[in-house]
Amino acid sequence: MQFTIEVGRYNPDGIYAENAKPGAPYPPPWQQAPPRRYQTYTVELPEYAVVLDALIAIREYQDESLAVRCACRSAICGSCAMWINGHANLACKSKLTEFTKDGKTRVETPPSMPVIRDLVWDMKPFWEQHNKVKPWLVGKPLADPSQEYRADNSRMEELIQEVSCISCGCCLMDCESYAVNPEFLGPHALAKAFRYAGDPRDAETRERLGDYSKPGGVWDCTHCYECVAQCPKGVAPLEQILKLRRMAVDSGFTNNAGTRHADAFADSVKHSGRLNELTLMPRSTGLFNVVGQLKTLPSAFNMARAGKLPPLLHKSIPGVKRIKAIFERVGGRFK
Amino acid sequence: MRVAFYPGCVSKGACPELYVSAKAIAEPLGLELEELTEAPCTGAGVLSEQNPKLADSLNGLTLAMAESKGASLMTICSTCQGVLSATNHHLKTDTERLAGVNATIGDQGYSYAGTTSVKHLLWILFEDVGLDRIRASIKRKLTGLKIAPFYGCYILRPAEYLGLRERPERKTYLEQLIGLLGAEAVEYSGSTKCCGFPMVTFNRDKSLAMGGNHILEAKDKGADLLVTPCPLCHLNLDGQQPDAARVLRKDIGVPIFHLPQLLGLAFGYSPEELRLDHHVVSTKGALGKVELKV
Ligand code: SF4
Ligand code: SF4
Ligand code: FES
Repeated sequence: MQFTIEVGRYNPDGIYAENAKPGAPYPPPWQQAPPRRYQTYTVELPEYAVVLDALIAIREYQDESLAVRCACRSAICGSCAMWINGHANLACKSKLTEFTKDGKTRVETPPSMPVIRDLVWDMKPFWEQHNKVKPWLVGKPLADPSQEYRADNSRMEELIQEVSCISCGCCLMDCESYAVNPEFLGPHALAKAFRYAGDPRDAETRERLGDYSKPGGVWDCTHCYECVAQCPKGVAPLEQILKLRRMAVDSGFTNNAGTRHADAFADSVKHSGRLNELTLMPRSTGLFNVVGQLKTLPSAFNMARAGKLPPLLHKSIPGVKRIKAIFERVGGRFK
Repeated sequence: MRVAFYPGCVSKGACPELYVSAKAIAEPLGLELEELTEAPCTGAGVLSEQNPKLADSLNGLTLAMAESKGASLMTICSTCQGVLSATNHHLKTDTERLAGVNATIGDQGYSYAGTTSVKHLLWILFEDVGLDRIRASIKRKLTGLKIAPFYGCYILRPAEYLGLRERPERKTYLEQLIGLLGAEAVEYSGSTKCCGFPMVTFNRDKSLAMGGNHILEAKDKGADLLVTPCPLCHLNLDGQQPDAARVLRKDIGVPIFHLPQLLGLAFGYSPEELRLDHHVVSTKGALGKVELKV
């Protein structure tokens, strides 16, 4: 079969490792960067071929100047992650037939990452964030050092999902929070964080949870599910982040907007069956956080002027007794 | 077609224009809305995150209410759709989880057998109402307008709960609809991205930058307006747009329409009937581009 591949090539005026701002603050890269230079190639390959086969064929037989990074060719090493038709994917796992859109497949580096050359992007931001979560086990001291530590099987099973991570960076390159917030630790690092915080042999779980609850941590994720959709190994980073949030709250790290938000939310639903938008924002910001409160005022004013502020008298749904009974039965915010 | 209508909290709170316009377009589409007035909030993912059992029970109750009416449950919010789809998926595939929910809601006189289908209005338009009926209801073509679709995360991800593996076309309905109404769909990368709302109370500036960037990209590509099937996206993209403009230090000024408002406009309703005059970002410029005479 014949396939057409459009490759984002090196552009000396583009955003490259030396002048890029990793984690691209606003304005985002598509506004800063000059238009990409794309080069089109045609390759003849069998129907079952993957994107990486095409790139290797181009490099071997048509254009030896094309820079591609790959090693295992079987979705194990994580080196061939790139943008394919605008989303993060492993080139060696993406079948050309599935990724041909309007007669062609477009491959390029993700705009949120610095570029080294052609399809090779700089993994530095990835490892920087990764290293910030203390990605190693701090073993609990053993009563008898001659014995091994016995971990409960079911606890270890909970970590299997994260252990499948191949550090490819697909999740980070499409992470929406990271795209506007270079402080954000990112899906890969936080999934790794859960791998250690959730390990029964770890001695520093509490300290970790305190660290991960700080700005840039678990509460700076916008819950967009991009990482779940994009991870080629089923790690589902967002789900690990949510586990960390629950663990952190259970351990008493509750002085943050995330916890106050969940509290206000649960209270509202319990007492009226519905969400009360009027109290949600101020309660999450923290009632004594004057600066934070002031910042939300212009928006509240604009909305009031447009007649969009929720009714001051928050009405309950009919049958709210039923809802209260359910709350009594299964517990409220944090069970 | 009779549907169990789940309006969601926001259409009854900060976005009354959504509720009003959804009710208005039901008739020309032949949708008989039986509103579930006693159904609770879905918890918008916040409650399921902290106490999954609580969220299961609340959403199980809503699913059971629709089941007892013998009708599909219709949402008008991507977030409600995502949360209810996820719960429905879990309850249909995990009998233990279903039994747990039934033990809780049983006291309240309900039980869920797992037969309800949950569908956003956007899906119902294509899969139940049909394009012929929509076409027949058009009284005013939206020719000349360039419209950027904005789906909202939870109607797209995670794919397996939303039936997108079986029906990948669901990812293109907004674009198709815009074309059907006579307008031109703007292609841009922000259409499937996050509006920033889930983070707005935790990290306001970043949240607004996120949403604002997507609107700016659409504007760069010539969009006169954005249309969204999610009122939470609407809150961040319209309600907070002036603030987003301040954060980004850019002029934005792009109106955001709710899906039923766009349909309503094409079906010949006046902008006032659709409460298009109750937005934070004025809709006048965009409306000026369509011939408002029916
Ligand atoms: S869900 Fe959170 S971590 Fe995952 S991509 Fe979105 S913002 Fe990033
Ligand atoms: S979590 Fe998934 S997408 Fe992210 S680095 Fe690991 S394997 Fe890659
Ligand atoms: S080449 Fe190793 S993951 Fe693709």
